[in-house]
Amino acid sequence: MSPDHLVSMANQIARFFAHRGETRAVAEIADHLQKFWDPRMRRAIGSHLAAGGAGLDPLARKAVETLIQDVRHSENT
Amino acid sequence: MALIEEIDYGTPAADAARSVTLSIDGFPVAVPEGTSIMRAAMEAGVQIPKLCATDMLDAFGSCRLCLVEIEGRNGTPASCTTPVAEGLVVHTQTSRLKQLRRGVMELYISDHPLDCLTCAANGDCELQDMAGAVGLREVRYGFAGENHLDAAKDESNPYFTFDAAKCIVCSRCVRACEEVQGTFALTIEGRGFASKVSPSAGEAFLDSECVSCGACVQACPTATLMEKSVIEIGQPEHSVVTTCAYCGVGCSFKAEMRGDEVVRMVPYKDGKANHGHSCVKGRFAWGYATHPDRVLTPMLRARITDPWRPVSWAEAIAHVASEFRRIQTEHGKDAIGGITSSRCTNEETYLVQKLVRAGFGNNNVDTCARVCHSPTGYGLKTTFGTSAGTQDFDSVDHADVILVIGANPTDGHPVFASRMKRRLREGARLIVIDPRRIDLVHTPHVAAEHHLPLRPGTNVAMLTALAHVIVTEGLVNEAFVAERCDAESFAEWRAFVADAGNSPEAMAPVTGVPAEAVRQAARLYATGGNAAIYYGLGVTEHSQGTTAVMAIANLAMATGNIGRPGVGVNPLRGQNNVQGSCDMGSFPHELPDYRHISDAAARAIYEQEWGVRLEAEPGLRIPNMIDAALDGSFRGLYIQGEDIVQSDPNTHHMVAGLSAMECVVVHDLFLNETANYAHVFLPGSSFLEKDGTFTNAERRIGRVRKVMAPRAGLADWEATQAIARAMGLAMNYAHPSEIMDEIARTTPSFAGVTYARLEELGSVQWPCNEAAPTGTPTMHIERFARGRGQFIITEYVPTEERTGPRFPLLLTTGRILSQYNVGAQTRRTANSTWHAEDRLEIHPHDAEERGVRDGDWVRLASRAGETSLRARITDRVAPGVVYTTFHHPDTQANVVTTEHSDWATNCPEYKVTAVQVSRSNGPSAWQEDYRRHAEASRRVANLAAE
Repeated sequence: MSPDHLVSMANQIARFFAHRGETRAVAEIADHLQKFWDPRMRRAIGSHLAAGGAGLDPLARKAVETLIQDVRHSENT
Repeated sequence: MALIEEIDYGTPAADAARSVTLSIDGFPVAVPEGTSIMRAAMEAGVQIPKLCATDMLDAFGSCRLCLVEIEGRNGTPASCTTPVAEGLVVHTQTSRLKQLRRGVMELYISDHPLDCLTCAANGDCELQDMAGAVGLREVRYGFAGENHLDAAKDESNPYFTFDAAKCIVCSRCVRACEEVQGTFALTIEGRGFASKVSPSAGEAFLDSECVSCGACVQACPTATLMEKSVIEIGQPEHSVVTTCAYCGVGCSFKAEMRGDEVVRMVPYKDGKANHGHSCVKGRFAWGYATHPDRVLTPMLRARITDPWRPVSWAEAIAHVASEFRRIQTEHGKDAIGGITSSRCTNEETYLVQKLVRAGFGNNNVDTCARVCHSPTGYGLKTTFGTSAGTQDFDSVDHADVILVIGANPTDGHPVFASRMKRRLREGARLIVIDPRRIDLVHTPHVAAEHHLPLRPGTNVAMLTALAHVIVTEGLVNEAFVAERCDAESFAEWRAFVADAGNSPEAMAPVTGVPAEAVRQAARLYATGGNAAIYYGLGVTEHSQGTTAVMAIANLAMATGNIGRPGVGVNPLRGQNNVQGSCDMGSFPHELPDYRHISDAAARAIYEQEWGVRLEAEPGLRIPNMIDAALDGSFRGLYIQGEDIVQSDPNTHHMVAGLSAMECVVVHDLFLNETANYAHVFLPGSSFLEKDGTFTNAERRIGRVRKVMAPRAGLADWEATQAIARAMGLAMNYAHPSEIMDEIARTTPSFAGVTYARLEELGSVQWPCNEAAPTGTPTMHIERFARGRGQFIITEYVPTEERTGPRFPLLLTTGRILSQYNVGAQTRRTANSTWHAEDRLEIHPHDAEERGVRDGDWVRLASRAGETSLRARITDRVAPGVVYTTFHHPDTQANVVTTEHSDWATNCPEYKVTAVQVSRSNGPSAWQEDYRRHAEASRRVANLAAE
């Protein structure tokens, strides 16, 4: 999965939800990624974030962080 | 089996509520007020002789054969033009009438060639029938006088002939062209004895404005207009009602057969989507089914550079199962997937997604709706709660204002376009939002009141500007919104669209459309009465495709144009079963009926039915599959009835992805472009060769009925079932009806659908269940499927695809009337007479700047790739915009389109590509390379020589 392409897709999603304010937007972006992205795509964007997350829109970055936290949480419970 | 003979009542039905009772030949008859005496008689079982009348057309009263006598009235009025009245006493058969009719028939026959035994219409000729009906026994006038027997025959049209010598000038063809088709290509030229039917201004049919819909041929009561297939084969002996396999209108046809050979396809009057009309594709372009290019044997090869090796079905299926299991063993269960087809039946798409979910054990299933209407699914589900259009086609008859955005119905959905044009001729007002001046903008007796020629990629800006006018000028239907919609989302939306930044004035520099024109269009939509929106791929195939769909839904809700006939949001689906393939769970995140795969309760239904555990995570979409193939995590793909190399964007990327896979299985009628990169070819079956159902754009489920055995031995559903069984999945359907029974058991919207119900009703619109046993023509009548309608904020975000010095023009792509999608079917018919190659439409200004003349070869280049094709200079496109179709693999227009896609669904942004156009000497080096590759790839090993 090309990180650049995934970043571009995540940023598009972020731009759509941006008007909802940060809290709602981050939750909705994360929800969208969870519902529509195959796990390997989510893992790839997670890895990209872990490597610095270059190019990620701030809201998209936070949404991906949320996803990673959710995965860690589910793995620990 | 027998030939289905539809009753011709002579004149259209009246729909008045008041009933009138009269006496016809001594029998009391009660019919709606406004019914003709001819029709009333027919309904009572009395067939009055007629020639110029048919119930597809308004009464004309010219042939003078349908005369009757009415007690208390003078003369012998024509029964077709005389309406019933209370207490009339009508006589249809008196000595006076008999004498008059014989005299009329004698005159007709005196100028008609008496070659009945060798005439193509022998056995299906109304003139012949009427001569018999009136008891004509002699013609006293002879042929010595002036006559038309030597009139020239026009054989220019590839599908039908016009033999003027046999014409009785009843005007049925002329009226069919006007009233049914709405093209007005035919006229009666001359007067009196010199009167003759004339296409356009005395041109040959092929050179005229005729669109070959076949309405005139169907209307002709003689052999004057006759299908060439009937001339060649003879009259059919039985017929079967089935559903067309072309666009999303889903027309019903009678396949008229002689043995297992199709003689002709005749539109079925009882078809609820088409009411007896057709277009050039469904009516005539079915010859691909028996084209010599059909591959009828499964084939294998180890590498895509090898020649194909014909094998048995058993060997091919075993190979597919073995290879898919090997890949899963080596690379994980998620390394393979499947693509369902919107050209295949509901039952077949259901089986492919079942194979993937239950057999492959993942959710890597997608469908070609990914590249067309996936934004419709997301957008309408979010706003209304259901991923489908809100109306039936008949709804247009009640529309006062019709807004067409990003659709070209006269080319893409021609039979529905004829309905729409009829309503417009009746007085409905038209708004067209499209970068091109599509035919609907100005066509005979139809003119758009507003054509807003916006820049490609600015739909959301335009739609939000329209909403701004509605909100700020007090045009919101406050009562509807308060009663039916979510208050919080409406308040947010109202504040958003009211912002001055969304005004037509602020958006004019973006859209390129003057603000006042936008304001006028918005006022008309909001205040003109019943307002209906019809949209197509010009809305969805953008980076903001989903946003635009939601913006359309917002407009409809804000103005209360939802929940009754004449209004609504109507996606015009491209392929015949796009709606159905989506309904059947073809998307990687959804089970049938649009239930998310993470929904444990929904999964449980299928886990119990299929006896397997299902993955709760969404799978890969088509573009994601290709990306994953390039990174090595996706290596096997089963593609049923799709040609993703030609139809999907960024051909170079697509080809690279497919080339990286280890087992690509193409299941199709032909060795299509995707098969050039496949390892297994499974021969498909055409719609004539299998049973099943299609679901059209109005959610109408119609039967597809087998009229010939599968030419390759297996119907597509049988091949999928064989793969599933070879992979260890218990699939044991004996007939597609059993698949539908399973669909009904597990899918709430289809709960009431059975083949028996379809036989009974003809077709049915989902939801069809306990609450709506005969289906649902109009949705969201009292409440939205989701409860309250959800307004969504639709901020305009410019596409990342930008013009600049290197690529200063914007390319938008589309389709043409005579061709269909990638052209695999229509290119193998005479439809190529009208469109033998893709052409680039370019504005005269842009052409002149580049020294391009009409017909010149031009190089069309984007940052994704380049191709060459011939130019067509036209002001249908605005300066700065160019347009082409994607029907021909020689052009491969998608080598130019990019990877940009819709934010929500990854639907490609076909409609906006920055390009440059320059003169060229002919096909590009890439086209030549591709042609050589395609030829090499289609080699089939000569086993006999081995």
